[in-house]
Amino acid sequence: MHPVIPYVLAALLFGTGVYGVTVRRNAVLLLMSVELMLGAVNLVLVTADVTLKQHVGQAFALFVIVIAAAEVGLGLAIVLQLFRLRRSIVTDEVGAEREPVAVSEDA
Amino acid sequence: MTVTDVLVCALGAVSLGAAIRVVTTNQIVRAGLWLVVALGALAGVYLVLTAELLAWVQVLIYVGAVVVLMLFAVMLTRAPIGRSDDLDRPRLPAILVGGGAGLGLAAVLADAYRWSYIGLSGVEPGNAEALGREVFTGWALPFEVLSVLLLAALVGAIAISRPEVGERREES
Repeated sequence: MHPVIPYVLAALLFGTGVYGVTVRRNAVLLLMSVELMLGAVNLVLVTADVTLKQHVGQAFALFVIVIAAAEVGLGLAIVLQLFRLRRSIVTDEVGAEREPVAVSEDA
Repeated sequence: MTVTDVLVCALGAVSLGAAIRVVTTNQIVRAGLWLVVALGALAGVYLVLTAELLAWVQVLIYVGAVVVLMLFAVMLTRAPIGRSDDLDRPRLPAILVGGGAGLGLAAVLADAYRWSYIGLSGVEPGNAEALGREVFTGWALPFEVLSVLLLAALVGAIAISRPEVGERREES
C-alpha cells in the first residue's frame, strides 16, 4: 500500500470541509462541513496507524468520533434554540447587532 | 498499484465526489444524503486500511445517528425542501481558502511520503479486541474523561433546548 494515496485523499477532504465552512451560510450545512473535516482527520490517524503498525491512532480516531457526536448534539441544540429565537439560522445574521430585547418581543 | 491502492482510490473518489456535492448542492436535504455517501465511502476506506471496528463505528454513529440528527434539524428549522439560492456566500474567497488548505496539505503530505511502499501483511487488524486492549491499557483515563464529556454534552443539549430559556430571561 502506498500511504500517500489516503494521505492526499484526507488533505483534499479537509480542504473540501474548509471550503464548506467558509462558503455556507446555513448553520446546519456548516455543521455538515465540520463533519467532513473531522472525517479527514480520522483518515490521517488511521493511515498513520497502518504505516506505523500500531493501534494508537485508531483509539484516538474512536475518541474523535465520540467528540464529534457530542459536538453535533450540542451544536444542533444551539441551532434549534437560535431558530426559536430568531426564526432564521443564517450565520451572517448572528451576533452582529446584539439586541436580544427585539428578539424576545415576538417570542 | 496494489489491490489496496485501487480500492482506496475508488472509495476515495466516491467519498471526495460526494463531499464536494455536500458543499456545493443548493438543496439542504440532498446535502445530508450526500453526507451519508461521503462518510459511508470513508468507512469503506477505513475497512480497506484494516481498521475494522472504526469502520463499523463510523457507519453506526455517523451514518446512523449524526445524519439522522442533521435531517431532524433540517426539518425542525423549517428549511426549504426545494432549491434555495441563498445558501452560499461569495464563492471566490472560499475557493481560495479551501483550495489552498487542501492543496497545501496535500503537497506537504505528498512531499513527506513520496511513493513509499508499506506492506500490509504484518499489520494486525484493528478489530474490537486489538482496540479494546489499546484503549483500556494505555488510554483508560481519556476514555473515562470522554464519557463525562459525553454526559455533559447531553445535559447541556437538554438544558439549551428547553423552551423556557428565552422567556425566563425576559422576566428577570
